[in-house]
Amino acid sequence: MPALPLHEAGKYVAAAYVVVFALVLIYVAIMAIRLSRVERELGELLEQADRRQERENAPEDLARPGAAV
Amino acid sequence: MYGRGLRALSLATAATWTVALGLVFFYAPLEADQGFVQKIFYVHVPLAIVSLCGFVLGGVLAIQHLRTRDARWDLRSYVVIHMSLILGVGTLITGSIWAKASWGHWWVWDEPTLVSFLIVFLLYATYQPLRFSIEDPERQSRYASVFAIAAGAFVPLNFAAVRMSTGYVHPRVLGDTSNLPGPMALTFLVSLLAMALLYATLCKYEMTAKHARGQVRALRRKLSGEAQAQGRSAAPTLHSGSSGPSPAPSPRTAGATAARSAGASSAAPATSSTPAVGRPGA
Repeated sequence: MPALPLHEAGKYVAAAYVVVFALVLIYVAIMAIRLSRVERELGELLEQADRRQERENAPEDLARPGAAV
Repeated sequence: MYGRGLRALSLATAATWTVALGLVFFYAPLEADQGFVQKIFYVHVPLAIVSLCGFVLGGVLAIQHLRTRDARWDLRSYVVIHMSLILGVGTLITGSIWAKASWGHWWVWDEPTLVSFLIVFLLYATYQPLRFSIEDPERQSRYASVFAIAAGAFVPLNFAAVRMSTGYVHPRVLGDTSNLPGPMALTFLVSLLAMALLYATLCKYEMTAKHARGQVRALRRKLSGEAQAQGRSAAPTLHSGSSGPSPAPSPRTAGATAARSAGASSAAPATSSTPAVGRPGA
């Protein structure tokens, strides 16, 4: 087949490069979702660790003189 | 640590891609026969080469996994094949676009290169369902490695068979028939390097993400003080702190007990190490 003129060939070339760009973009979007999930889980774990620390410190506070007042 | 060197690799990838695109559109001359459409060559062929090399690499990493029984090799093999599949999708789509532009058809069934690549792609498309269908993580990783080795050996054989076939409609890039002029060859090599770097970066991102997720899960287990039920997943499970051979425990022993105590079925895709196929849940 003869070479396509630039105005016709341009859309095919653009489409090919857009496909690659879109694949990478979709992958980055998926990674962003995963990252936000890990961030949320880490936040939950931090809260869990704080609660645990409070529970561990609570008996010490109660044992101090005047803590029950 | 999988994240080490990730920033440098990402920057190198971005820089190489910038150079490659500059060369493609401002340096490489227009091909006399195909004209501007030939610019697709600089993205389609590197996609195909890197994808096929990734499949072979997946087989090599799987051999290492079977030799050492180290779960990290299984993770690497899994990620490499996973990324090659994504690039394979890109290869098929960009190839179809190029075929339409230069041959007038989206797909040509009697062209050996196209059909053979589709066969390889479809073969590897069964990799994740295969993994997901096996519940026991140890058996899953072993069977997946055997599959990756067999399929990885098939890729060069398939490539050689297509080369030796008679139909030479598809243009040859590497080999005796290659007659790329200097600027085109340079542009092609830089594009190939850019694609290889992108592939390596994405693989590293994926492994870092999976490792981080595994560590968060291990931390959760440590804080809650109990073993969590491990649901079925296609992705390999990495145990935090494991540096040597550490095959994942069978759910029939540890996981199944924990699943019963948690009131969950270990076969359901409830808690997985990665969300590749199975979804992480409570």
